[in-house]
Amino acid sequence: MRFLEFNLKNYALRHMQVMLFSLGQLWRQPLASSMTVFVIGIALAMPAGLYVLLQNLNQVSNQWDDASQISLFMQADFTDQQAKQFTDTLRAWPDIAAVEYQTANQSLEEFRQLSGLGDLLNTLPSNPLPALVMVNPSKNSLRPDAVGSLLARLEILPEVEQAQLDMEWLQRLRSMSKTGQRGISLLAILLSLSVLLVIGNTIRLAILNRQAEIKVTKLVGGTNAFVRRPFLYTGFWYGTLGGIVAWLTLLFTLSLLSGPINELSLLYNSPFSLQWLTGQMFIVLPLSGMTLGVLGAWLAVGRHLSAIEPR
Amino acid sequence: MIQFTDVYKRYQNQHEALSGLSFNIDKGEMAFLTGHSGAGKSTLLKLIALIERSSHGQVLINNQNLSHLPQRKIPYYRRQIGLVFQDHYLLHDRTVFDNVALPLVIAGENHREIGRRVRASLDKVGLLGKERNLPIALSGGEQQRVGIARAVVNRPPILLADEPTGNLDPELSRDIMQLFEQFNQVGVTVFVATHDHELIKTLPYRQVILQKGRLAQQETA
Ligand SMILES: Nc1ncnc2c1ncn2[C@@H]1O[C@H](COP(=O)(O)OP(=O)(O)O)[C@@H](O)[C@H]1O
Ligand SMILES: [Mg+2]
Repeated sequence: MRFLEFNLKNYALRHMQVMLFSLGQLWRQPLASSMTVFVIGIALAMPAGLYVLLQNLNQVSNQWDDASQISLFMQADFTDQQAKQFTDTLRAWPDIAAVEYQTANQSLEEFRQLSGLGDLLNTLPSNPLPALVMVNPSKNSLRPDAVGSLLARLEILPEVEQAQLDMEWLQRLRSMSKTGQRGISLLAILLSLSVLLVIGNTIRLAILNRQAEIKVTKLVGGTNAFVRRPFLYTGFWYGTLGGIVAWLTLLFTLSLLSGPINELSLLYNSPFSLQWLTGQMFIVLPLSGMTLGVLGAWLAVGRHLSAIEPR
Repeated sequence: MIQFTDVYKRYQNQHEALSGLSFNIDKGEMAFLTGHSGAGKSTLLKLIALIERSSHGQVLINNQNLSHLPQRKIPYYRRQIGLVFQDHYLLHDRTVFDNVALPLVIAGENHREIGRRVRASLDKVGLLGKERNLPIALSGGEQQRVGIARAVVNRPPILLADEPTGNLDPELSRDIMQLFEQFNQVGVTVFVATHDHELIKTLPYRQVILQKGRLAQQETA
């Protein structure tokens, strides 16, 4: 037991030594190493950054879920005098949270401003726009089926000409965000592949540079595992450092965007979880960098190391 | 200790470097392998170190049949054999100490043991003061001594040398041979390939003489 413990300690110690040795080798070629690390960092930062932004976009669109609203276009003969009673009735419905009335004249005024048609509208003999009642469903009837049933019940009211749910744009945003998510996944896969290639190629060059050493090591009884180890750790360092650089790049980019994002979040009264996401990325990025690094090194080592045998 | 029985070695290009070779070297013996350039000396040593494999015949080293040794066991097999080369194969970006320590590091020895044995080994070849130097700062003879120190640092039972004095003047060559004799005196089986007749003709060891890949004769001096 003592013997085993001793050996394990020895083993761990040797790994530590190889790990530090590999780091030292990167350190001794600062320019080449940092270039590789930066390429990896940027390749990892891109999908991560897009992911964070998309995540925030989703958050906003979720917030807007609450804002789904039903517009009631009233019959032409609906008068402002009827409005008070009508809206009060609706307010009493349990699945309605808020009701807002907009007179036909207000509708026309709004249209005038939005359209910029101005005085042209004055030439109309009468106001063609109906009065409008905006209904906000209460929180617990925001489910699609509940909203649907509310819409149906509103539609058959005699005062109502037409009821319309303002959700198409939200669905459009959703499908855009889904497309975006797929795009990001694809981008992440492609860039991960490029990270593998960058690391693989770097390791390949490192192996070529150290052919003599590999041959000698094999001649004096070095196993393949022993020869492989420093290269795997080189990949480990490239990947991990690349992941950290990616995180810093992300942090920097988001801090540049933080002005507009804060404005948005004030506008929609929703505190974005940027911070939480960047915290999560601090784990995810170095971890995926490390995985890609070791994997890339493993592939390169598998291909090139067995070819170097003493002759 | 080293036993060849009807061994053939044919390289990929169909060139037959060794043909029908049979000979023995006993445990604790010291012997020379001689013959003209191209006779097959290096090839023979490579078969022993499993750098190459024989095409036919049996090579028995330290009671292990090399034809039956799987590829993955080769590293462990090689740890029983000290190898010395004409151009030393030192790593030029590492100190003398680190070069000599390599076989021990590979074998997973602990730090203190490595330090102790590397210094003992360097002491034997007379280079104890140079452990912090890079190989490039040493003379040719000294570099060859570092190579020898590395070959014996893990106390292998067999020491093979391929033209170890090829680049050295006669006086340095004699020093190197004396080193090999010292290792032989403590029980190591030593087998040295050389075509330097002047150097070995005065030494009382058997010669295995190769001629175009065949055994010419075995002389006991
Ligand atoms: N890797 C190889 N491939 C093909 N032929 C080789 C190879 N190595 C050596 N030879 C040939 O085998 C013969 C013996 O070579 P070698 O063992 O190096 O002889 P020596 O060491 O006695 O000079 C030579 O003719 C040489 O050209
Ligand atoms: Mg030769």
